[in-house]
Amino acid sequence: MTTLLDKIWAQHRVLERDDGQTLLYVDRHYLQEGSAAAFEMLRQRGLAPRVPARALAVADHYVPTDSRDLAAVADPERREMAQALGRNAAGGGIRMFALDDPRQGIVHVIGPEQGATQPGLLIVCGDSHTSTHGALGALAFGIGATEMAHVLATQTLWQRKPNSMRVAVEGTLGAGVSAKDVILAIIARIGAAGAVGHAIEYAGNAIERLSMEGRLTVCNMSVEAGARAGLVAPDDTTFEYLAGRPFAPQGAGWDEALARWRALGSDAGAKFDREVTLDAREIVPMVTWGTSPEDALAITGHVPDPAGAADAARRDAMARSLAYMGLAPGTPITAIAVDRVFIGSCTNSRIEDLRAAAAVAKGRKVARGVEAWVVPGSGLVKAQAEAEGLDRVFLESGFQWRHAGCSMCIGVNGDLVEPGKRCASTSNRNFAGRQGPGARTHLMSPAMAAAAAVTGRLTDVRHLMAGA
Amino acid sequence: MEPFRRLEAVALPLARANVDTDQIVPARFLKKPRAVGFGQFLFHDLRADAAFALDQAAYRGARIVVAGRNFACGSSREHAVWALQDYGFRAAIAPSFGDIFHSNALKNGFLPVVLPEAAVAAMQEALLAAPGMTIAIDLEQQCVVAAGKSCRFEIAPFPRHCLLEGLDELGYTLSQTAHIEAFEERFG
Repeated sequence: MTTLLDKIWAQHRVLERDDGQTLLYVDRHYLQEGSAAAFEMLRQRGLAPRVPARALAVADHYVPTDSRDLAAVADPERREMAQALGRNAAGGGIRMFALDDPRQGIVHVIGPEQGATQPGLLIVCGDSHTSTHGALGALAFGIGATEMAHVLATQTLWQRKPNSMRVAVEGTLGAGVSAKDVILAIIARIGAAGAVGHAIEYAGNAIERLSMEGRLTVCNMSVEAGARAGLVAPDDTTFEYLAGRPFAPQGAGWDEALARWRALGSDAGAKFDREVTLDAREIVPMVTWGTSPEDALAITGHVPDPAGAADAARRDAMARSLAYMGLAPGTPITAIAVDRVFIGSCTNSRIEDLRAAAAVAKGRKVARGVEAWVVPGSGLVKAQAEAEGLDRVFLESGFQWRHAGCSMCIGVNGDLVEPGKRCASTSNRNFAGRQGPGARTHLMSPAMAAAAAVTGRLTDVRHLMAGA
Repeated sequence: MEPFRRLEAVALPLARANVDTDQIVPARFLKKPRAVGFGQFLFHDLRADAAFALDQAAYRGARIVVAGRNFACGSSREHAVWALQDYGFRAAIAPSFGDIFHSNALKNGFLPVVLPEAAVAAMQEALLAAPGMTIAIDLEQQCVVAAGKSCRFEIAPFPRHCLLEGLDELGYTLSQTAHIEAFEERFG
């Protein structure tokens, strides 16, 4: 009896080392601008990519979101980051979606969107949110520059097999509760280091009922719980999502793939090193109050008091977080006013995310003094949203409607939150300085971020929903 | 890669959990070329606080960080390792590390030492009581000696061998190309 992780691991084992590490064959290597150092390492050793056809490159971190013109990027170092990827991909014979290609977007959005991410594949990328792709039943994890160079040169990677952890979410999610709330609730429960050394398999009927996009959101933030990878067993939701996508198998190849994919799920009774269960009915819309994703609580709550911490270390950490965030203990979460709203990132920039945000924004106006942005995850998501009229909903409400990229999740392209300003963000990290020096980030779902935009403060979106 | 055998050096106590990669090197500096040296950006925003230990005289020449749980969680950016290394650090001791940082560190000759939470807390206490105190890490013996106490640590044999000899993994893997070709033949 084996797990999904066991099966994918076994199918990619090239060689064992006597210290228990396994040389794994890499099916797909996604590349973004962070690969520059890896290509430099290859050049220094006189090596070329071994299997360029298994790589796919796209610039997402450093690209502007107010235009599609790299030449217009004023900062020469930022421009160079995006241009270097183009040169490295071309030089290595690697396919790339350029900035003027409608398929360009955030690497963790376009992989699934193109059908390049498939069940059972072993996928790596020089980005910690590569865990996203596990939503389709792939084993996908982030790697560093030296590992990227190793993959480019050999199409393989040495890894110690992670322990397995099953996180089951059972029951029915309430109205207004999304995949983002599920993963924030999981991280709040197990902690930011709760899954270090583990790969998480998400299961239970609440996960099974999530759409593919919801599962992508959940797996995306596995790394914020310390897990390098997160997976969901492939099922009909996965297969329906993949069917007909450009990189997905076609015709007889599809039928054959389907038979293989159906056999991938963990066997009933397979043993996991750890198991955690959450009751879906207890999950409500969540927001973070501090500077670690584990600092998440219900929108109905209050800013916690460090005096109530379990130990001195936790008390100091909480006090530091509150000082950075400019929050006083006991403040109702819904009394916290925001300056900026960011709807985007590899966590929440897909079409369903934009639909959920637009449903809240429709017929309402962005609150006075709030600057709100919507940054679609890809050119194709943007086009789809425009076909559905979502861009008009956002623009009429007073949101900015921008081009695809990582944007304000990390701000390396210059899309920053000003020091001391507070941002309701659908991204994945609320680390100090993440959205800019001194920026104060509150993580939440797209619907909750839209609710913050139109009320000017953190708001329980359930009060704004139709019929409420 | 510079070999790592035994290191006795001033240790910097960083008694907080979840020090993330954005704290180690803020993302806005990642666009800099590798050649600029990332040591200047190490803990950049934390150092704005004058009370932060790194710039205090007692910790000049520190080469070991003694950190809290989940040190270097977050991003896969290898710059986090480079910033520590370029500044002069060669090792970190913590109850746990971000998984990706842990691999990145080993592949750059930077030693991540995992010790039990209580042992790390005791070390931090000793360091705070005697700023500038040194700690010795012996990779051959797999032990850390701090304030007269010795703790054994575990490390997998292959990365230990690579660190001791200053070898990198890629050379070894390239010598195994026949296995990769055989795999591709079977499954390609």
